[in-house]
Amino acid sequence: MKRVYVNEKWCLGCHLCEYYCAFASTNEKDMARALKDIRIHPRIRIEEKDGISFAVSCRHCDEPLCVKGCITGALTRKDGIITIDRNRCIGCYTCILSCPFGAVSPSEDGAIQKCELCIKTAGGTPKCVEGCPNGAIVFEERGE
Amino acid sequence: MREGMFRNISGCAISGIFSKSGKRFSGKSIIDSIAVMHERSNGLGGGFAAYGIYPEYKDYYAFHIFYESKSAKKECEEFIEEHFDIINLSKIPTRKVPAIKDEPLIWRYFVTPLPTKLADSQLDDKEFVVKCVFRINTRIDGAYVFSSGKNMGVFKAVGFPEDVGRFYRLEEYEGYCFTAHGRYPTNTPGWWGGAHPFSLLDYTVVHNGEISSYDANRRTIEMYGYKCTLKTDTEVIAYIFDYLHRKIGLTLKEICSVIAAPFWSTIESKPQKEREELEYLRNAFASLLITGPFSIIVGFEGGMMALNDRLKLRSMVCGEKDDMFYAASEEAAIRVIQNDLDRIWSPRGGEGVIVTLEGGKA
Amino acid sequence: MAVEYIYPDYEIVRDYDRCIVCRVCERQCANEAHEYLSDKNKMVADNAKCVNCHRCVSLCPTRALKIVKSDHTFKENANWTGKSIKEIYKQAGSGGVLLSSMGNPENYPVYFDKILLNASQVTNPSIDPLREPMETRVYLGAKPERIERDEKGRLINNLKPQLKLSMPVMFSAMSYGSISYNAHESLARAATELGILYNTGEGGLHEDFYKYGKNTIVQVASGRFGVHKKYLESSAAIEIKMGQGAKPGIGGHLPGTKVGEDISKTRMIPVGTDAISPAPHHDIYSIEDLRQLVYSLKEATGYTKPVIVKIAAVHNVALIASGIARSGADIIAIDGFRGGTGAAPTRIRDHVGIPIELALASVDQRLRDEGIRNNVSIVVAGSIRSSADVVKAVALGADAVYIGTAALIALGCHLCRSCHTGKCNWGIATQREDLVKRLNPNLGYKRLVNLMNAWKHEIKEMMGGMGINSIESLKGNRLMLRGVGLNEKELQILGIKHAGE
Repeated sequence: MKRVYVNEKWCLGCHLCEYYCAFASTNEKDMARALKDIRIHPRIRIEEKDGISFAVSCRHCDEPLCVKGCITGALTRKDGIITIDRNRCIGCYTCILSCPFGAVSPSEDGAIQKCELCIKTAGGTPKCVEGCPNGAIVFEERGE
Repeated sequence: MREGMFRNISGCAISGIFSKSGKRFSGKSIIDSIAVMHERSNGLGGGFAAYGIYPEYKDYYAFHIFYESKSAKKECEEFIEEHFDIINLSKIPTRKVPAIKDEPLIWRYFVTPLPTKLADSQLDDKEFVVKCVFRINTRIDGAYVFSSGKNMGVFKAVGFPEDVGRFYRLEEYEGYCFTAHGRYPTNTPGWWGGAHPFSLLDYTVVHNGEISSYDANRRTIEMYGYKCTLKTDTEVIAYIFDYLHRKIGLTLKEICSVIAAPFWSTIESKPQKEREELEYLRNAFASLLITGPFSIIVGFEGGMMALNDRLKLRSMVCGEKDDMFYAASEEAAIRVIQNDLDRIWSPRGGEGVIVTLEGGKA
Repeated sequence: MAVEYIYPDYEIVRDYDRCIVCRVCERQCANEAHEYLSDKNKMVADNAKCVNCHRCVSLCPTRALKIVKSDHTFKENANWTGKSIKEIYKQAGSGGVLLSSMGNPENYPVYFDKILLNASQVTNPSIDPLREPMETRVYLGAKPERIERDEKGRLINNLKPQLKLSMPVMFSAMSYGSISYNAHESLARAATELGILYNTGEGGLHEDFYKYGKNTIVQVASGRFGVHKKYLESSAAIEIKMGQGAKPGIGGHLPGTKVGEDISKTRMIPVGTDAISPAPHHDIYSIEDLRQLVYSLKEATGYTKPVIVKIAAVHNVALIASGIARSGADIIAIDGFRGGTGAAPTRIRDHVGIPIELALASVDQRLRDEGIRNNVSIVVAGSIRSSADVVKAVALGADAVYIGTAALIALGCHLCRSCHTGKCNWGIATQREDLVKRLNPNLGYKRLVNLMNAWKHEIKEMMGGMGINSIESLKGNRLMLRGVGLNEKELQILGIKHAGE
């Protein structure tokens, strides 16, 4: 299946992916209106140190520890994509603790949030991929 | 405005008849053939080339010259006398035809280069003749050599071709090859020199079309000493033939692969040897590729060739009966003189149909 | 406090209603024109640092930014323009030569814009490139003066080495040093995919790029940087650079700050040293010396590669070209006065040389008058901006064109003309690692391929309109051109008629 891959060679650390991600989860048409004067909570994060930077988001692991650890069954893996049922999430954060990539984070309303490849919103290409100015984040099929 | 002062483009009718056995026949057939295509001309030019018509003078260059004045004639004859031995000279016989008006003085000279002049020039005799023809046509005002080959002649005028044929009493000549042209120029020059065929030495070209590569070809060929005085496509094509055939030494088939070269995609599909040869010709003589619509009939000593542009944007039909070969813009122009054909076909674009006398030269 | 004589030329205008303080402008500006005020959670800008490269504008996700020309002005004066005054302030402050980058921006006539193309009507059909073959392939190199046949009468291929191009456009010389590794990679890969050539410039060839050798022209310039046997052998053609349109008569200077490990290796000079190309080649003081270098290079490569001689278009360019055509060179490249550069003294860039259109027309005619046009191919450069310029150049007599600036623009260059600062925000004219990585060659090469394919389509459309279905029938076909608003002398030099004639 197609996944989001990142390449630190081309990551400029511009953080635009974070903003496109945050924008994708709003229902606004205009990014300025959507993100003006708010603190964003993106599902993708730039990690950077000593001039190296890259974006981190859910890897949609084949054997996901987050799903395994979820005590309410809010996290499920279907067709290779790990999604969250916000109604079931009780905010125990077991998943956050168990994710080896740090790709799961708390959301503003107490439930957790993570990259769901924009399937619930945009469809098609994830917004972080579309918004990356340097091709450092790609959405493609690779031999597993 | 006179021919040569502007670029003159025209549509046309062409026809050619060739006897492969070298049997001589009257010029009447070619008049009948071109007359059928009356609609393709507009009375602003017609002409003929005839091969094998001067057997008694076959070793001499036959100059056909238009003079606009007696002084031009005098000046030109002085020049010719200075460079050539004149074996015979006369007015070209004509008859009065109401449709043919404003005729210039039309003279014919059978000449051979003076040995001393030829030796001084360090040229071969053909090149010497070419140089002299260019001298007359560019330097002597009012004189124009419109035919300069051996055992052949060009006859042309302003008018419909069938009238031109009667004017020159073409039915009284016998030859093994005739070509004809009826002109439909988009301008009205009204100058006799501008009519077709266009010729240099024994190369004659009748042409239908307007070549889009004109100035690319002109500027290239002028680099090799040719002077395009008429600014017509036909003139350029005739010079290209002379250059590639006489000076460079390409065969007619090779010339077709230069001027109407196959597309690169076609070349690439050929077997290696052929591909390399075609690539070489297209590359080495790139600036002599002719684009745009044309159908031409090229006459030369002992042969004739019919050729279409590589997209075949102009009509041309070929026919055969026994030793006779025919080519014309329209099938009707062949059928009117020979309805019982062994074969009739439409050659593909860029595919030159070449016929030559059996057993060599006439 | 010092007196600040110069007010910034440009102002960064931020729409605070649209700014979401993502700080991408701040992160992406190598000139540090943008600043984040954490106490106010607000972005501000220093106009004086802005070079108007549009990097921040292009990346701002909410289009909150634009750059405008300052309306701050001097008292109006048609003679002493603001530009002249500011340049004097600068020089009075620095005592130095003014430096500039990219091509001459001054208001000289652009002849390409005063030439119009023909199209077929009635007497000759136009040709639809979607339905009929339309050929743009070009071979560069000397053409034979006579044919030769073997004993069986077959033609012998007696052509000298040729370059085969899928279309009459190549990427012109830009050295590794003046532009980045990633820019070079983009050019090399694009040339390979397109079946055309790119040019190393005078900075040598990085080993990583030897594999693109079949599509590489290597340059031998006055500094001889990076010239060695393998360099010559790995190429498709060798170019001797005698001059450059942006700075005829002077050499080049790559500051030591740009000479890092990789460039030092490629240029074969120590890390951190200035790379100075002398104004002349010190072994070429005349035409006979050039001939020796041409043949030395041919000898070194076994006569397998065409040799190009590149000159700047200067006043007596036709005579010079005629000399070069007889020197054994296979191709002459002529660079017009609008040609680009990574750095040049402003006065030289803006006041030396002549327009490429006039240079091309006179060189082509001169070589024809002398009967030696087929000894060489002519490649022209110096501001070919579009496919229409290509078609006009070919119709004037060029075999092909070089594009430099247009290629860089395709890679993102916004013509801010600040290459000489080494802080190119688009990762093109810089060696700073964090900036170089901004040009991802995977994207860059594709943009070059797109641009060339687009031009090729347009060239075919224009040729088809003229009833020409192969580019060689366009070459030197000046009847396809007409001038508008040109005087008799200009028309005579260009060898074209005026529109309406």
